[in-house]
Amino acid sequence: MASGKEIRGKISSVKNTQKITRAMEMVAASKMRKAQVQMEESRPYAEKIQKVIGHLANAHPEYQHLYMQSREVKRIGLVVVSSDRGLCGGLNTNLFKFSLNQMKQWDKDELDVSLCTIGSKGSAFFKRVGAKIISQPESLSDTPNIEALIGSVKVMLDAFTNGEIDQLVLVYNKFVNTMTQQPTLEQLLPLKAEENEDLSHHWDYIYEPDAEDVLDSLLARYIESRVYQGVVENIACEQSARMVAMKSASDNAGDLIDELQLAYNKARQAAITQELSEIVAGAAAV
Amino acid sequence: MTMTVHVDIVSAKEKIFSGLAEMVFAPAVMGEVGISPRHAPLLTTLKPGEVRVQIDPKTEESYFISGGMLEIQPHTVTVLADTALRAKDLDEAAALKAKEQAEALLANKQSDIDYAKAQAELIEAMAQIQAIEKLRKRIK
Repeated sequence: MASGKEIRGKISSVKNTQKITRAMEMVAASKMRKAQVQMEESRPYAEKIQKVIGHLANAHPEYQHLYMQSREVKRIGLVVVSSDRGLCGGLNTNLFKFSLNQMKQWDKDELDVSLCTIGSKGSAFFKRVGAKIISQPESLSDTPNIEALIGSVKVMLDAFTNGEIDQLVLVYNKFVNTMTQQPTLEQLLPLKAEENEDLSHHWDYIYEPDAEDVLDSLLARYIESRVYQGVVENIACEQSARMVAMKSASDNAGDLIDELQLAYNKARQAAITQELSEIVAGAAAV
Repeated sequence: MTMTVHVDIVSAKEKIFSGLAEMVFAPAVMGEVGISPRHAPLLTTLKPGEVRVQIDPKTEESYFISGGMLEIQPHTVTVLADTALRAKDLDEAAALKAKEQAEALLANKQSDIDYAKAQAELIEAMAQIQAIEKLRKRIK
């Protein structure tokens, strides 16, 4: 049996760990609220632009934009959104597993995959498995700007325009609620038109200055907004996953402390008993 | 009753304005446009400038935007405002940076990027030590 001093040392070290995990839990809880607000705030833009794209799909444009034409898929561009920091439970691992399964499937179909990794956990992981990373933004903070994404998204859009990829897919964690985060896959390009009967009479927009320019900037903004939405949602997921993970870590530390305390008391008592019996035995000898 | 059109002004960060208006003025690339209700469908890009919303003849609200998109349907006007200045060469520079970042990542062999690998090795080593300790105890 370990001595009392040893156990006491262990208890204090577990207590320190518990302090850290509890602090992280609280920080994550407050950041989660902020991230959720951020997610809500960016929603109107996403909805409006989605609506405009919906109108556009139902219009009968004289000019068919490249992003709206589907072609035979041979190469795929994949945008993976992960977190910058760890200690958030299985959030990133689940997402990577999900993406790897998908990539294996594509591999079987002999499709070539190029990656854009957002978040340093994703870059580290996909670098290690030897995937082809063609674009990566600088690290994002907890409050990302849409500007920070423009460059990396543009690389993927350019690749699509130049025919280096035939399909663009986004993978991120969808925020279901605080306890549940769902790895989700969404197709970004080519755009899938949703037919709407009420709108599909024959009409087209007036474009100023011309259809190509306007559609170029509109669709680029649309894709950026989709990716941004994914990033913001992933941050909310990260914070809530971290909160839950840290909570269970604190609870575990508490259990461990209880057990150690019990062992410590037992050891202490044993030592006292031994000492007493030694004294009594000594007295009897005299 | 005067005719009104529903106006939404949104940016990626927030909802800026939503409501009915008699007329909207926006700085389109080809020159400022004034939009009355039942305007023909129009799609255009906006320059940085002021969007003015005339709610009734007496009240007018104005918002500064740094460019964006304008969509007009007969009964709705949507302004998708940018949160940053956008220009072709600026976007190009940003794209180049993202590409360089990816290349730097792939070229960089000894950095904290390998942290994940080191961590995995550490966990493995720790498990080994634990196993050895257990064996020792059993032998004693």
